[in-house]
Amino acid sequence: MAITLRVNRQAHTVDCAPNTLLVDVLREKLRLTGTHVGCDTSQCGACTVHVDGRSVKSCTMLAVEAADAEITTIEGLASSADGSSGRSGLADGGNLHPMQAAFQECHGLQCGFCTPGMVMSATDLCRRNPKPTEHEVRHWLEGNLCRCTGYHNIVKAVLAGAEAMGGKAK
Amino acid sequence: MKDFQFHRPSSVAEAVALLKARPDAKLLSGGQSLIPVLKLDLAEPSDLISLAGIGELRDIRVDGDRIVIGALVTHDAVHRSPEVQQHIPALATLAGTIGDAQVRNRGTLGGSVAHADPAADYPAALLALGATIATDRRKIAADDFFTGLFETALERDEVVVAVHFPIPKRAAYAKFSHRASKYALVGVMVVDTGHNVRVAVTGAGPKVFRHANIEGILERDFAVDALAAASTPPDELNGDLEASAEYRAHLITVMARRAVQACL
Amino acid sequence: MSAQGFGASVRRKEDRRFLLGKGQYTDDITLPHQSYAVFVRSPHAHANLGAIDAAKAKAVPGVLAVLTGADVAAAGLGGIPCGWAVKSKDGSSMVEPPHPALAQGAVRHVGDPVAMVIADSKTAARAAAALVDVDYQVQPVAASITAATAADAPLVWPDAKGNVCFDWHLGDPASTDAAFAKAKHVVEIELTNSRVAPNAMEPRAAIGHYDAANDHTTLYTTSQNPHLIRLLMGAFTLKVPEHKLRVVAPDVGGGFGSKIYHYAEELLVAWASRVVGRPVKWTSDRMEAFVSDAHGRDHISKAQLALDANGKFLGLRVATLANIGAYLSTFAPAIPTYLYATLLSGPYDFPAIYAEVKAIFTHTVAVDAYRGAGRPEATYLLERLVDKAARQLGIDRIELRRKNLIRTDQFPYQTQVALAYDIGNYQATLDMALASIDHAGYDKRKQATEAKGKLRGFGISTYIEACGIAPSALVGALGARAGLYEAATVRVHPTGSVSVFTGTHSHGQGHETTFAQIISEKLGVPVENVEVVHGDTDRIPFGMGTYGSRSAAVGGSAIVKAIDKIVEKGKKIAAHLLEASAADVEFVDGKYRVVGTDRAKAFGEVAFAAYVPHNYPIETVEPGLEENAFYDPKNFTFPGGTHLVEVEVDPETGVVEIAEVAIADDVGVVINPMIVDGQAHGGLAQGIGQALLEEAVYDADGQLVNGSYLNYVMPRAADLPFFKVGNHVTACTHNPLGIKGVGETGAIGVPPAVINAVIDALAPLGVTDISMPATPEKVWRAIQAAKKGA
Repeated sequence: MAITLRVNRQAHTVDCAPNTLLVDVLREKLRLTGTHVGCDTSQCGACTVHVDGRSVKSCTMLAVEAADAEITTIEGLASSADGSSGRSGLADGGNLHPMQAAFQECHGLQCGFCTPGMVMSATDLCRRNPKPTEHEVRHWLEGNLCRCTGYHNIVKAVLAGAEAMGGKAK
Repeated sequence: MKDFQFHRPSSVAEAVALLKARPDAKLLSGGQSLIPVLKLDLAEPSDLISLAGIGELRDIRVDGDRIVIGALVTHDAVHRSPEVQQHIPALATLAGTIGDAQVRNRGTLGGSVAHADPAADYPAALLALGATIATDRRKIAADDFFTGLFETALERDEVVVAVHFPIPKRAAYAKFSHRASKYALVGVMVVDTGHNVRVAVTGAGPKVFRHANIEGILERDFAVDALAAASTPPDELNGDLEASAEYRAHLITVMARRAVQACL
Repeated sequence: MSAQGFGASVRRKEDRRFLLGKGQYTDDITLPHQSYAVFVRSPHAHANLGAIDAAKAKAVPGVLAVLTGADVAAAGLGGIPCGWAVKSKDGSSMVEPPHPALAQGAVRHVGDPVAMVIADSKTAARAAAALVDVDYQVQPVAASITAATAADAPLVWPDAKGNVCFDWHLGDPASTDAAFAKAKHVVEIELTNSRVAPNAMEPRAAIGHYDAANDHTTLYTTSQNPHLIRLLMGAFTLKVPEHKLRVVAPDVGGGFGSKIYHYAEELLVAWASRVVGRPVKWTSDRMEAFVSDAHGRDHISKAQLALDANGKFLGLRVATLANIGAYLSTFAPAIPTYLYATLLSGPYDFPAIYAEVKAIFTHTVAVDAYRGAGRPEATYLLERLVDKAARQLGIDRIELRRKNLIRTDQFPYQTQVALAYDIGNYQATLDMALASIDHAGYDKRKQATEAKGKLRGFGISTYIEACGIAPSALVGALGARAGLYEAATVRVHPTGSVSVFTGTHSHGQGHETTFAQIISEKLGVPVENVEVVHGDTDRIPFGMGTYGSRSAAVGGSAIVKAIDKIVEKGKKIAAHLLEASAADVEFVDGKYRVVGTDRAKAFGEVAFAAYVPHNYPIETVEPGLEENAFYDPKNFTFPGGTHLVEVEVDPETGVVEIAEVAIADDVGVVINPMIVDGQAHGGLAQGIGQALLEEAVYDADGQLVNGSYLNYVMPRAADLPFFKVGNHVTACTHNPLGIKGVGETGAIGVPPAVINAVIDALAPLGVTDISMPATPEKVWRAIQAAKKGA
């Protein structure tokens, strides 16, 4: 069946069977390979994207369910509404989303595989809770696994990213 | 995942008609339980009928002495709802412990209730609060709803429309999560309705259940220390790598104590 | 030298592409006309293979081929080789069973690949794989060390009597017996080191592409060491010469050891591409990874510690049984021997040590190096034993360690188990860690914990590791079948920018930044003008890859050697330009200067002259500015330190929370502190994961009970606190950078600190032992048992 998806503010019409997962359309049809797949049981969160602004595991959503939605992937985050912020004060703030810049600044990534999911999840948190505490950040990230960083610098990055996005951390 | 036909009706009636016409169809709500099941080929429905196009199922409203929550309301929306937070804060808290943030953004009350996972959180709330499940054709008391492992009183072509939660005098949910899946290893909802005490346990057995022993104790004395006498026979509880039946039995008492503590 | 040189936390150059979603991992690569492979894997731990009927699978539309062990044999593909040979005590060689890429005759663990289905879509390949009909004749199973060493245990291999692969030893039994004979105290311990699954977040993947027109094969693979894979495929498995085989390891999403080895799937996609005439891609599922990636640890040990009346260590005896799984993975025999028993002296002065290690075949997936590899097992055993000795003798745990740590004036220190530590300062890291955790304030924190109705425990581990592997001559003598040097090329471009080609591989370690900082430090070139190239056998002359915390110490040293050659050549060019003698030219702050004058040429000017040699010493110096170097280290490096943990235990539920983690490591000279600390953080999470959360559990039938993220407990953000990480540097004495290595310290040092802390918290209740992982139920049961015993 043909479905039209709005991804990173662009409409794409793709032909896919109803049993196609959103992540497979993003990766295979649209070649947006920044969204990763790290498990098969909807636990790791590497596939997290925004659907109508909310973080969602794209491995646990059918592409056809996303037909009317506004989808943002890691590739489109920097050009999203709060994306190219000059006020972040962080390295590369002009080109990266403030949360992306915070991850670089705080060394919140190593191998980079979980990173897109982490950044998308963290951005959703900070848009809704502009001043999260460390405790809130750690619990919010329950749906995102990382094997490299011990989460230490990820948590720091999310707190810094929250501040850069406009909230002042508690 | 096996192939299927996809439907997106715009009314409950249309969804019911589709279900009637297609005996191997399944309803799709938030999909956070169903899609993982389909991915592992553990179910092979001929048709998926998405409820996402039915706007009327997304409301939360206070109706006298109860809160009515539409079947398509996400866990996250329940968690953040000012009405729920004001009138049944324990329910808002419970919703905030389901799965993880991404699951809560998609998963729905109706989907969870109809799926009846024995380790899901909502069934404990429904049972302990004495909720009523409203479907396209009738109202079912929670006490009659959860009939077994992934089994409910719903007819095959019946659609959950909303859940009516009576506002209790006080209530609390204490959960001991499975460390990997984040489902309830043991979840205990303690409710003081003002007339009686209702205690429901999820995660520990083959289905959510009322805990008569603890209810009796708390009816007599709604206090943490009273639960020193509480006990759960382990023989009907689940045992697995994460927790033996004996440990689950112990956790039921501990979680009950913590729930009572949170009520006080 | 420069603001981006050593000691600067330069933000990582590689981050941008990862943060923008532009990393390129193997599964992100799509080749034209690509096909997809799915493996049929054994659901049984042990079965004889009868007929394999692929007729229904082949009938699925889109299926291109179904290949089996018979096809592998007919094609003459080699078995998966083992890269390390260990000899038993009696001089006999280890039992080295065949390891065909697809099972032939029998399957020996759940997940053993039986058939490979190739189709033009993954969906078709998956559907067809489910239709391959395999006749399994189920056989008895030995899925644990205990089962495999029982009398009359089923044999994994007929040649391995008692399922013993080798029975090896190290140290001097006579002097150890003598030490025990004069001991005042002997403390004994028996413990397991639990089995864990590595779980790099990127599942393994491989794409084989055979170009028939040029008779050339390209393999894209999730590898930590593409040259090693090419070597093994060229010489042993695919059997094509190196110049006809290119191995590319693009961005790789973590490895932790699990992506060192040559896996069957790499060989199979490369070969299958030839069979079907199209590129063949395979990407592992997570559940598939659990039963096909090599696991780590899995030891059962008994140990005895002999002490004199004052608590001075006199001797150590260790007997270990190590599970190595059903097949020998690439480095498997080295892990419980040369990376384990050699570390049993720890940071302590031991006059006598004797260790015996039996490697045991079981019907489980292979066990090989996982972050730390042997050294965590040694550290765990030693630090649990030392803690037990302190309790038994009534000596403070910190003081007992202080009494026995090797003193700074004892270096270089020759251990009784083959290694010679060049340098360290174990007292300094101990003091640093104690200050960092505010050990003086512990009692106050304990009171606060108890006021909440919980128990608090303090745990310590003083550890050492050996890494930066390693001298080729030494490891060759120890059984390695390859050298372990590293190679580098430094190419200075005409305008002075630099490309570095390294044989190491970065899969999270940040080489693109750290190695650029070496260039910046040594040549004064900004890191922005340095490109670090890795992971492609066609672009990099050679290399041994990244594992054993070796990249900076060994790979970085190779880069320094190449830089030294560049600097020397540049001197000759500069001398010509400056009309001076090369002997009078020095290279300082990125400039060639005539000593004692202000006459100088910038590095860029010299580079330009090398490529535009209009005014050039053409008779004596070749144009161009590019140098290769190989570096073979003189010794292992020996990082060490102290890891401290405080836990809070909920006695009602048994839940253990990590309250504090403070570590002080000595990893040698630090190039980028931000990256070095990040490596420590990751190792700590994996170490804490093993101590509290993770365990790969096989049942008696050889089924992996928790082979998915629904039940294998991975550490999450909420399971961990912020870590306090400190470094006290003593520079390695034998490599040009003074670097020791940091990749594994966290995973090595912290597990016993966690368990020692849990035991400390429970000790007042009478608990004396708890095994990894200290799960809530296990802790709760220990408390109940102690209560009953009391």
